[in-house]
Amino acid sequence: MEALDIRECGLEGIRKHGDGEITVTGCLGERYIGCGMKEGVLRIKGTPGNALASYLDGGTVLVDGNAQDAAADTMNAGLLAVNGSAGDALAYGMRGGRAYVLGDAGYRAGVHMKAYGERKSILVIGGRTGSFLGEYLAGGIIIVLGLGYEGKDITGYFCGNGMYAGTIYLRTGKVPLNLSDKLVKRNVEEEEKEDILRPIITDFASVFSISARRCLEGGFIAIEADGSKSYSQLYAAV
Amino acid sequence: MMRRRYRIMKDESCISCLRCARECSFGAIEAADGKGLVFHHQECTDCQRCVSFCPVGAIYITEDGNRFRRNAVFGEDDIQQIHLQAETGGVLLSSMGAPGSSVPIYFDRILLNASQVTNPSIDPLREPMETSVFLGQRPERILRGSEGRLVDNLPPHLELSTPIMFSAMSYGAISLNVHKALAAAAEELGTYWNTGEGGLHESLYPYKGNTIVQVASGRFGVHGTYLNTAAAIEVKIGQGAKPGIGGHLTGAKIIGDVSKTRMVPEGLDAISPAPHHDIYSIEDLAQLVMSIKEATDYSKPVMVKAAAVHNIAPIASGIARSGADIISIDGYRGGTGAAPLRIRDNVGIPIELAIASVDQRLREERIRDRVSIIASGGIRNSADAVKAIALGADAVSIGTAALCALGCHICASCHTGRCAWGIATQDPDLTRRLDPGKGAARLVNLVNAWTREIKEIMGGMGINSIEALRGNRMALRGVGLNEKELGILGIGYAGE
Repeated sequence: MEALDIRECGLEGIRKHGDGEITVTGCLGERYIGCGMKEGVLRIKGTPGNALASYLDGGTVLVDGNAQDAAADTMNAGLLAVNGSAGDALAYGMRGGRAYVLGDAGYRAGVHMKAYGERKSILVIGGRTGSFLGEYLAGGIIIVLGLGYEGKDITGYFCGNGMYAGTIYLRTGKVPLNLSDKLVKRNVEEEEKEDILRPIITDFASVFSISARRCLEGGFIAIEADGSKSYSQLYAAV
Repeated sequence: MMRRRYRIMKDESCISCLRCARECSFGAIEAADGKGLVFHHQECTDCQRCVSFCPVGAIYITEDGNRFRRNAVFGEDDIQQIHLQAETGGVLLSSMGAPGSSVPIYFDRILLNASQVTNPSIDPLREPMETSVFLGQRPERILRGSEGRLVDNLPPHLELSTPIMFSAMSYGAISLNVHKALAAAAEELGTYWNTGEGGLHESLYPYKGNTIVQVASGRFGVHGTYLNTAAAIEVKIGQGAKPGIGGHLTGAKIIGDVSKTRMVPEGLDAISPAPHHDIYSIEDLAQLVMSIKEATDYSKPVMVKAAAVHNIAPIASGIARSGADIISIDGYRGGTGAAPLRIRDNVGIPIELAIASVDQRLREERIRDRVSIIASGGIRNSADAVKAIALGADAVSIGTAALCALGCHICASCHTGRCAWGIATQDPDLTRRLDPGKGAARLVNLVNAWTREIKEIMGGMGINSIEALRGNRMALRGVGLNEKELGILGIGYAGE
């Protein structure tokens, strides 16, 4: 596998590489790595900068450390896997593919993610997240596992505010802090856990070579929009 | 629904063909069995569809004779809106641009100059008149290679054959047939149309060269192919009809391909968040602009659209420094498919003042050539366009005027999804009322007519290119304006 030092080849050098698998070394906050990438695999050593894998369109981006803000922004397809933690605004407006973060995520993760038919955006966070997780969610699946935070809050304030479709799954029994009355919380039944969560979480665990059993241990809750309280009720047409 | 203020009337020439009942999409005219026509006046929006299609001219709409007791403070609208809110507890939702007359239309208080004796006017029928406009960054300096030849260091730009483009109107808010008409007209005219924030239907990919795609806070329909199926990409921060708040598309309009293109569930109201949650500063904006350039290989100009608000001049300065190539400024009177009425009618500033202050500020900071400026929000005719350009815009864009060319009578019912003209609706029975080919021809006629008028006006001034008109405030004089207004507009009083 070829290794490129980003300080020498720049983004240009990475972009030219096409569909192969390469290791990118020497990252010190360079922005836009993997931006719009359609194919190929990038293995990133060091610390990539903001807007990592934004508009990712089918390629695979694997980061062995942490990612910064706006990773997987408006991502369309492919896989972003971050072995460490991610900054704010992770997976904003994501439309498809898989974004996996083994550690924690900052504020505003998974805002306004989408889905259509069979096409679903999937965001899995191994640790915990900051406030505003999954705000305005329009579709897709967000899973927060809270590994290492058992018994503690694994999301911040305003979890799921303004969401109108999609589901947020949390591996906890605790209801998120100040959960909006426009949302409903339910306990995930065994069947749903097997059908929906097990395949995704097994894939997540295999990407990071960790035990899927541990990730699936215990109960999950699901947060969804309350269908009886849609946005349209806010308005009176003149 | 609020009690409407119209009455549907017909005279004795009515032949009871029932055409009006078939045309009415609001349920105001009903063909009742055996009883002929039944009018439900309270449902009438005064969209004029029935009037336009009555074969004998028998039907007409009047203001309802009944009026609330006159009160100079609480008008009839005020009282009716209070009644509606008392009944529903809802935020008032309306559409199109602010209709009120209390905010001045500065275009109407600005007069144009013409040549007399000392410099001859130019006859556009006889002499060449340049209406082409280039939008994008200008190179800061001319570079020459080692052999003295010019080095092409021109950043990517747009070339318009006329300084008029079509404003952003989203698929969802308006029908696919309207998008088709706009795209085909833009191609024929050599100008650009703008997808708005609802994504681009795949059938319109062939119009790539004349398409501007929009990236708004909802990121509806934004993906690599979308960004690369365009001549330019616009980041929408705000719009004149609703500065500071997000978008709202009623569930009634989210059906079929609208749902697919936006990737939102059918029948549910879709919203775009008020801010882009990845933009909390000019630096963040710069990051988004650059990430778009990165995703499109630096091959296209990136535009940033903002609403005209109080401090638009420093905001525009920030945008100009963010790496954006073109700034689109949408004024107070800009239209929308749905906006809270209070926001639409009370937030933002008129485009005339915004353009003048932005142009002035960018010139003072010596960065005017770093960006082009597009003015929109209430451009009604070619004279408005000329005045906007003379106040400092490079080009204008038209939304409401373009829809009027397609039949719209500004009944401001877009948010109901029942548009009788087949424009602001997704109901297949209504959308088929608009033939995209005929629509495109009407748009082409409109813009060609305006372009001819612009040539005549410029010719009269003794100016033979749009470039020479841009920011040419010597060509403008105000009437009925105070010192402060003249100062902001940067123009003299008539007679000065």
